[in-house]
Amino acid sequence: MSTQLLLVQALNGLQFGVLLFLVAAGLTLVFGVMDFINLAHGVQYMLGAYLGASFAAWTGGFWAGLVLALPVALACGLVLEVLVFRHLYDRDHLSQVLATFGVILFLNQAVRAIWGTAPLQVPMPELLTGGITLMPGLQYPVYRLAILGAGLATAGLLWLLVERTRVGALVRAGATNAPMVAALGVDIRRLFMLVFGFGAMLAGFAGVMAAPILSVEPGMGDTVLILAFVVIVIGGIGSVRGAFLAALLVGLIETLGRSLMPDLMRLFLAPSPARQAGAAIASMLVYIAMAAILAVRPQGLFPVRTG
Amino acid sequence: MMTIGRRGVLGGVAAGVLAMPAIRARAQQQGVKIGLVAVQTGPQAALGTQLRDGFLLGVKHLDGKLGGLAVQVVDIDDELRPEVAVTKTRAALERDKVDFVVGVVFSNILQAIMRPVTETNTFLISTNAGPSTFAGRGCNPFFFTTSYNNDQVHSVMGQAAQDEGYKRVFIMVPNYQAGRDAVHGFKSRFKGEVVDEVYVPLNQLDFSAELARIAAAKPDALFTFMPGGLGVNLVRQYRQAGLANIPFLSTFTVDEATLPAQQDAALGFFSAAPWAPNMDNEQNRRFVRDFEAAHNYVPGSYAAQAYDGAMLLDSAIRRVKGNLADKQALRAALEAADFRSVRGNFKFGTNHYPVQDFWLCKVAKRPDGKFQTETVRKVLENNVDPFAAECRMR
Repeated sequence: MSTQLLLVQALNGLQFGVLLFLVAAGLTLVFGVMDFINLAHGVQYMLGAYLGASFAAWTGGFWAGLVLALPVALACGLVLEVLVFRHLYDRDHLSQVLATFGVILFLNQAVRAIWGTAPLQVPMPELLTGGITLMPGLQYPVYRLAILGAGLATAGLLWLLVERTRVGALVRAGATNAPMVAALGVDIRRLFMLVFGFGAMLAGFAGVMAAPILSVEPGMGDTVLILAFVVIVIGGIGSVRGAFLAALLVGLIETLGRSLMPDLMRLFLAPSPARQAGAAIASMLVYIAMAAILAVRPQGLFPVRTG
Repeated sequence: MMTIGRRGVLGGVAAGVLAMPAIRARAQQQGVKIGLVAVQTGPQAALGTQLRDGFLLGVKHLDGKLGGLAVQVVDIDDELRPEVAVTKTRAALERDKVDFVVGVVFSNILQAIMRPVTETNTFLISTNAGPSTFAGRGCNPFFFTTSYNNDQVHSVMGQAAQDEGYKRVFIMVPNYQAGRDAVHGFKSRFKGEVVDEVYVPLNQLDFSAELARIAAAKPDALFTFMPGGLGVNLVRQYRQAGLANIPFLSTFTVDEATLPAQQDAALGFFSAAPWAPNMDNEQNRRFVRDFEAAHNYVPGSYAAQAYDGAMLLDSAIRRVKGNLADKQALRAALEAADFRSVRGNFKFGTNHYPVQDFWLCKVAKRPDGKFQTETVRKVLENNVDPFAAECRMR
């Protein structure tokens, strides 16, 4: 494998990682700040993609679709919070898992009823079509670079928000010791609601951004959700910085593993079994990495210090 | 008072229950009951919807009758879960006393309901799933399919690649049994060099790593089998990566079920099939025209083969003059396949799989802006599936 191909693959990995980060950021905030397991985070990503697709079709442009989809995704998150999740904060994790799993089933079916089962198509924004030739014969779509940029910008903004603002300080404090923050006179419920809505909007944003390259279909959030959980567990639950680095790590492992593993296996095996074994191992690699990291650092790479 | 009242009610219910077998027997004489197995929930429901719409259009074209008998369709949503399919199919057989079980999109569902249906001496007509297991040694007198054997479709693409003179082909399939079958089928007729075989997980979202590999390998063509959402992602990302100048040879990847999402990205990409919406015969023109008028989407092979399924049943029931009890005669009538298929020629081989022509098809945009696959040229004529010789039909 040439260095050029390796570099392209690394770029692919980073880009996939950034997409994962957009989903995982909201998840880790909700999980870390509220100690709330929200399996429905994946369907919020799906909802974002569907809203983006519908609004883009309605207005005839990707950008208008994006701008309209974000507040609606936020509103959907808030409605879910008020209707369902609010009543679960004081329950144990099992109840939360069961209830949010119910939300997954409900929303997947609702999406099917409203938009139908066939995958939807979202056009790429005019401005970002085309590609850059990174290696002979391969156009790297500008849109993927845009995702990379949007993800990095979001990461920067989140960092500013969490580390440098008053709300961010409250969020961090809430993640460390919620009862104490409440005792100091902060309306923790409202803070939770805010964080929740924001997390839903981030997931929705990821959905809209992914829509032009991935197919928009019912159940699209489920695969992403699993990887997002891996990311927040590796990164340390509640830590945005951890989620960012872990997302890039998972993206790189996933992509490089897939492209290198079959070649590696060929050193030991005949070509045909090497390909299949390599593919099988590559798909396990992320989970193996997670197990290894957890064995060494059970709190994840960048745990939030709890008091 | 109360007790008498209750007794009266009970008596009424009992009378009703007693009367039921008589009603059922009469219904059976007058009409024919079809258990229609089609996935209606889950990510693949669009395919089940196509199948169901196709079959029901066939029944509608026959004025709600099959071979002169009034049709009652019992919908069975298999949910793409074999155990659910078995339970619901058993219920349809035992409670609803269906005369035929028709449909089935996926092979694993077919494998699950095969025994429960055929053991009761009920005919099972698959209108889509055509696994090799029931084409060879596992062939069954009560099983027919109006589709194809999966291996045939992949081998058509292998033959097409061979005919085009491609020397180096890159293969990419999902890492599961059907994916490996696709590679096997393709290689059975393609004799050139396979530059690389890539196996991806079934839940793959992003193909960027594989696309970079393809670009680096610079093959003459790509052969791929990526059903459903996998195909939607791959086709769009393939186009976006500027690889579309490498011919895209595929099976079950670009079809009328996925084209609404792939649209322009799939233009000019190839597929293999025994049927395409643009086939020029009277039966097909009527089918496509009325289907689109009724459902406002372009029918795919799932719908076309189910439509043929309805026509097949009609011809067979007509031939036995509505006598569904004589299974031997009914079987012979089904084997005769005396109907006009939307594919033109249609006949059954000894294993009850069709012997038919296969076409190389290409995605095209119609003047009305919708997308469909269109025939390019005939690749295999009167093709018999590779397992037929192993079948010893009892």
